[in-house]
Amino acid sequence: MQFPIISFIVFTPAAAAAIIFMLPGERKTEIRVTALAAAAFALILSLWLYFSYNIASGGYQFKEQYNWLPSMGISYFVGIDGLSAPLVLLTGIVMLTGVLISWKLDDRPREFFAFLFILATGVFGVFVSLDLFMLFFFYEIAVFPMYLLIGIWGSKETREYAAMKLTLYLFIGSVVSLVGALAMYFQADATLGKLTFNMLELEKAGFSVSFQQLWFPFVFMGFAVLGGIFPFHNWSPDGHVAAPTAVSMFHAGVLMKLGAFAALRVGVMLLPEGAKAHMWWIILLALVNVVYGAFIASVQKDFKYVIGFSSVSHMGLVMLGFATLNKDGMMGAGLQMFSHGVMTALFFAVVGMVYDQAHTREIPKLGGFAQKMPWAMVCFVIAGLVSMGMPGFSGFIAEFPIFMGAWQASSWIAIIAAVSIVVTASYIIRVIRNVFFGTMPAEMASHIHDISTLDKVALVSLSIFLVGIGIYPSLMVPMVESGVQNILRLLGGA
Amino acid sequence: MSAELLDSLQAIFPEIMVLILIGLVLLFDALWTEEQRRNLGWLTFGGILLIMAATLAVVHPTQQGTLYWGRMVSLDWTGLLFKMLILFGAAITVLLGMDVENLGKKGEFYTLMLVSVIGMMLMASAYDLVMLFLAIETTSIPLYILAGFMHGDDKSTESGFKYLFFGALTSAIMLYGFSILFGIVGSTNLYDLSMAMQFKNMSPALLLGTFLLILVGFSFKISVVPLHFWAPDVYEGAPTPVAGYLSTASKAAGFAVLMRVVYTLYSQVGFNWALLISVIAVFSMTLGNFLALTQKNIKRLLAYSSIAHAGYILIGFVAVSQLGITSIVFYLGAYLLTNLAAFGAVTIFSRIVGSDEISAYAGLSRRAPVLAFAMLVSFLSLAGMPPLGGFVAKIWVFAAALKEGILWLVVIGVLNSIVGLYYYLRVLNVIYHHRSDTENQPLPISTPNAIALIVLSIGIVLVGVFFAPFFNWSVLAASGWF
Repeated sequence: MQFPIISFIVFTPAAAAAIIFMLPGERKTEIRVTALAAAAFALILSLWLYFSYNIASGGYQFKEQYNWLPSMGISYFVGIDGLSAPLVLLTGIVMLTGVLISWKLDDRPREFFAFLFILATGVFGVFVSLDLFMLFFFYEIAVFPMYLLIGIWGSKETREYAAMKLTLYLFIGSVVSLVGALAMYFQADATLGKLTFNMLELEKAGFSVSFQQLWFPFVFMGFAVLGGIFPFHNWSPDGHVAAPTAVSMFHAGVLMKLGAFAALRVGVMLLPEGAKAHMWWIILLALVNVVYGAFIASVQKDFKYVIGFSSVSHMGLVMLGFATLNKDGMMGAGLQMFSHGVMTALFFAVVGMVYDQAHTREIPKLGGFAQKMPWAMVCFVIAGLVSMGMPGFSGFIAEFPIFMGAWQASSWIAIIAAVSIVVTASYIIRVIRNVFFGTMPAEMASHIHDISTLDKVALVSLSIFLVGIGIYPSLMVPMVESGVQNILRLLGGA
Repeated sequence: MSAELLDSLQAIFPEIMVLILIGLVLLFDALWTEEQRRNLGWLTFGGILLIMAATLAVVHPTQQGTLYWGRMVSLDWTGLLFKMLILFGAAITVLLGMDVENLGKKGEFYTLMLVSVIGMMLMASAYDLVMLFLAIETTSIPLYILAGFMHGDDKSTESGFKYLFFGALTSAIMLYGFSILFGIVGSTNLYDLSMAMQFKNMSPALLLGTFLLILVGFSFKISVVPLHFWAPDVYEGAPTPVAGYLSTASKAAGFAVLMRVVYTLYSQVGFNWALLISVIAVFSMTLGNFLALTQKNIKRLLAYSSIAHAGYILIGFVAVSQLGITSIVFYLGAYLLTNLAAFGAVTIFSRIVGSDEISAYAGLSRRAPVLAFAMLVSFLSLAGMPPLGGFVAKIWVFAAALKEGILWLVVIGVLNSIVGLYYYLRVLNVIYHHRSDTENQPLPISTPNAIALIVLSIGIVLVGVFFAPFFNWSVLAASGWF
């Protein structure tokens, strides 16, 4: 039997959470070290998994299947393909850097890391699920800890409101999808002659076109809420702003991908005919995300809201890519999930560092941070360039195919979406100028100092991925391509 | 002893054992001093566990079930599983009650609990209307007393009286329904009755009448609309462990009776009772959840939530299928663990702090992290979050209805669970997010309470993650039907 690497990745954070819970609350150093060790272990395993995936043979690899409730067709069934492998890696990266960034957190670190790791287990679990029941199981586990993380450690003004709003939005989304999933489950009983939640079998269930068209909107939109799709996006910026730094990184970096990924895996892949019928309006919604998100971001005065709405805009590109249902668009979307995940984690990390010292996020009150924290500035600029889709960075590798795919769908979609590039450039440049350059207000200059070494390690490691993929796209492009081939096969070569 | 007698004894084995335990409790109650009497709790707890083990070892029902004692009692898997749930619920309630003032050191508490256990277990296996009525009364009368046990406390007295008053009234109405059935068929045996209803041409109007009358009694037991209104007042005033017991074991016994009587007697009749029950389910869920939104007292909130949960369970009930029964049994099991944990945490909290107001829970996560975590687990399970028992339970209930094509009811159930999540989060919000001046004061938890909470919390997670064995037992309970 091969080493169950995926299970190790999924349950490492959960086991670490259990260990952390058992440590006494005042042993803060031990708690942090345990958290760091677990996160490093998970990242190493994710890297190993990523690089040992055999792109040539494609398909789902490292599969593990154990009975969970055989009589009802539920199994613990995991495996990765070219789409989920980068996302597992992304989660590993964000988890490790999130721990580094939160090192100084002093209010009950035990509970903080424990809840954060429970969340991480849920995220890993969704990305590797090949069983629909299991996917929902982990999906909810990934969503709920946000409530506590934002509510306890978030910024005082809005945290209770934001935490409640986020949890309700996402819960509503997931139960809507759940009803659709149960409908599929029983429909497959009729066509396959057995009850199963196995997604590889459900793919072959041969649902009738009318059935697919009926249920697709519920399943897709239910998950897409977590992807931040318009008009169900506004839990997301509120959540980002209220959340503590590491949680914002997780939220924008990983959780929103969870929504887009689940919408793809369950919505598009299990109900391809439904996807074909409904995609035209999903393209429109995604287009609104892209353009409207960018415009809203550009008028924000709060540093964190800018990044929050930029996430809405960029996640719109992910959805847009998927919604084109063609090879280029979907490849771009797959890459964008990774690229945006790392980029936005980096953004939020820097925002957190600035806020921790300046105690304000209002852009007009900031300035001159480049002199005090040059590392943060450089990394922020890198993320900014990724965000603008500058060649040489991962954003270009991801966004260019999305626009190509959109052009194939219809040229005007690409043209409208391209407006966002200009707007994005404008607000990113404005933020960089106002926050990092210019002169620092006198009352800040006295107490602002450089970021810690751990922070620098975190920022640099995030930047490495952004630049690495940008310069050497073969690290990821063929992998995602193999994943997309599988979806295209399900769509019947469309 | 003849083999036949042994078989007959098997059918009421746990009841006999509990009766012996009652004798022991009464004996030691007389022998022990006031200070030693707390040990009656350990005696009862240990006794119940032994009875559970012995019952599982001794009692072997057949798949289809067999009738004993003049066809009064059925020995089947459904009954046996419900008996296990009831015994477990009672054991935990005893642990929670041991350290409650004016309750834990009184032999009457344990005796009355055990008498009601006998009644509930007979409810779960009664196959005859007379037996059923006696079982219901054997259950109810000790519970009336237990609800009003704190005789110095006005609220508890009110609670006892209210429970007695509505309980007696609904029992009488139900008995009236029973007597009409007896009048038209000439038998009180469920099998005879169902045969007569199937093959003799009986007026649907008359049958509907009996159905409604009987339903009054059962709705009271499971506290669904329109006979739900006693629950908040009774739960609020009753000693907290007793309220937990009422909302779990007593409700489970009520569902056992509801399934047995309605599925046996009315499965072939000419009116659509499933629609009626669906409407009741909708109103219970909606009313329970919406009224829970505004509650300031945690026991009242849990009372309304338990009304809503009875509504969810009815969704599985109207599926009228094997999966439906499986889901009901599974749900009741998960719900029993969950709600006992919630009431257990409330018991512990109010014993030290002396308040049941939700606002008093501010800062609890800093003051008593373990207790707060137990509340987190139980409330999330009530809300239906994985990896906890409530999640899986809800999925099966919805799945059962969806399989039968009752989509509209599932949609209402889903919408309701969103409302539910909101008010459960409101409590967790106070526990986890609010601060208070008292958050540095310790909140000691006594040994029996700690055992109860740990067992329940682990149980909730276990049922939520490794649900296969629990599900298979529930399937076993459903196997004799349809």
